[in-house]
Amino acid sequence: MLELDSHITHRLRHIGVLILGGSAGGIKVLANMLKALPADLPFGILVVIHRNAKYETRFEEMLADQCRITIKVAEDKEAIRHAAAYFAPAGYHLLVEPDHKLSLDTSEPVHFCRPSIDVTMQSAADVYGASTAAILLSGANQDGAAGMAAIRRAGGLCIAQHPLDAEVDTMPAAAIASGAVHLALTSGELITFSQQLNNHIFRN
Amino acid sequence: MTVSFENLEELIGLVNNVHGVDLGGYSRASLKRRVSRILTIYHVDFAGLKDKLINSPGFFNTFLAEVTVNVTEMFRDPAFYKTLREEVFTYLATFPHIRVWSAGCATGEEVYSLAILLSKERLYERTFIYGTDVNTEVIDRAKQGIIDLKKMKTYSDNYLQTESGDSLSEYYAAKYDAAVIHHELRRNILFATHNLASDGVFNEFQLITCRNVLIYFDTDLQHRVTSLLHASLTLFGFLCLGAKETLATDHLKSKFRMVSKTHNIYQKIA
Repeated sequence: MLELDSHITHRLRHIGVLILGGSAGGIKVLANMLKALPADLPFGILVVIHRNAKYETRFEEMLADQCRITIKVAEDKEAIRHAAAYFAPAGYHLLVEPDHKLSLDTSEPVHFCRPSIDVTMQSAADVYGASTAAILLSGANQDGAAGMAAIRRAGGLCIAQHPLDAEVDTMPAAAIASGAVHLALTSGELITFSQQLNNHIFRN
Repeated sequence: MTVSFENLEELIGLVNNVHGVDLGGYSRASLKRRVSRILTIYHVDFAGLKDKLINSPGFFNTFLAEVTVNVTEMFRDPAFYKTLREEVFTYLATFPHIRVWSAGCATGEEVYSLAILLSKERLYERTFIYGTDVNTEVIDRAKQGIIDLKKMKTYSDNYLQTESGDSLSEYYAAKYDAAVIHHELRRNILFATHNLASDGVFNEFQLITCRNVLIYFDTDLQHRVTSLLHASLTLFGFLCLGAKETLATDHLKSKFRMVSKTHNIYQKIA
């Protein structure tokens, strides 16, 4: 059981969407977090990881078999549903429309990344405002720092993997340096945190 | 600097009233990013942008070029071009004349890619390719047939992966820092402006490519455009959409045969 401040649990009760961002060294933690999430998760998740569009992976398919929530590649103009995680496809930015549908976008890479974590975080914060939550994991560049700052400005909740625990600390360290991060957790704590995101935490 | 969704609606109204271009069917999330980017590039606030759109002659074309996404590559998704050559060109070869439409062609890289691929398969002589885009600035660039030489390295790699059997350097001349597409490849190409959101059918085509265009439209405009593309195809003509785009409705789907699910290539059967 992870003890959380009341201002964190208060925000957790109001999550409208959660963005998970990760890159080098963050994929395993990400997978373990998704596996720990309960089937009745009362919000949707947008996942942005950096990967090469040239190589096709079956990462989502593999994960889908091991998770209680729905795992899928995001489709253009698809509605965000509860208890589902939508992965940004390689080569596309993932955006959120005002009517809570997803859009794909092939505009310029940001930080040499498409999908970019910043882009999805900023777009989600535009629509979900204070009910946006984000977790930024291990990674080798600064993508995500500006996005976390946008979420913080909108009044949302920002969590980073603890830099000392991250395989590559550049990404979470940049977000922490921007002053956006409410809470830094180790990979073990992040998994416990995911398990706790069940109805119990929202009823208390 | 960013704009709000309310600003965006106001801007869409203004652009329609002043310039007669309706951006109302564009995806708001993407449009919001593009407009915010314009504010940053031109160092103006929202009021300043509105002022420029009303009072600065010529600014609207620049605005339109920035607001629409013009990111393109030669032989983007090489596997798509390989499939096109293997699965579609053999069929295209049976038509006496081949009319191709690249809808939303931006700066023309896809048009030249198609010209090269058709030329390699000895089909170009009886082909005519139309490249259209909503925006005159990118069309003017496309007409020049000049590509930044630095980008040709990536494009050559892409072309190699299409397994066409020759090298991209056969098709252009390097001059200083530019790659100039060979003149004979440009003979049967016409670039023109066409607005998918408001213009209609202008010819009948054996092959239409409209890749990574629909994702910038809302569901209603996607319906309009996919119907327009269907109406613009000859019976047994081919339609190529972007890898993450689909035919809007089941009704429309029933009028096509799936040629490649991975690359979203369809053949019109009704």
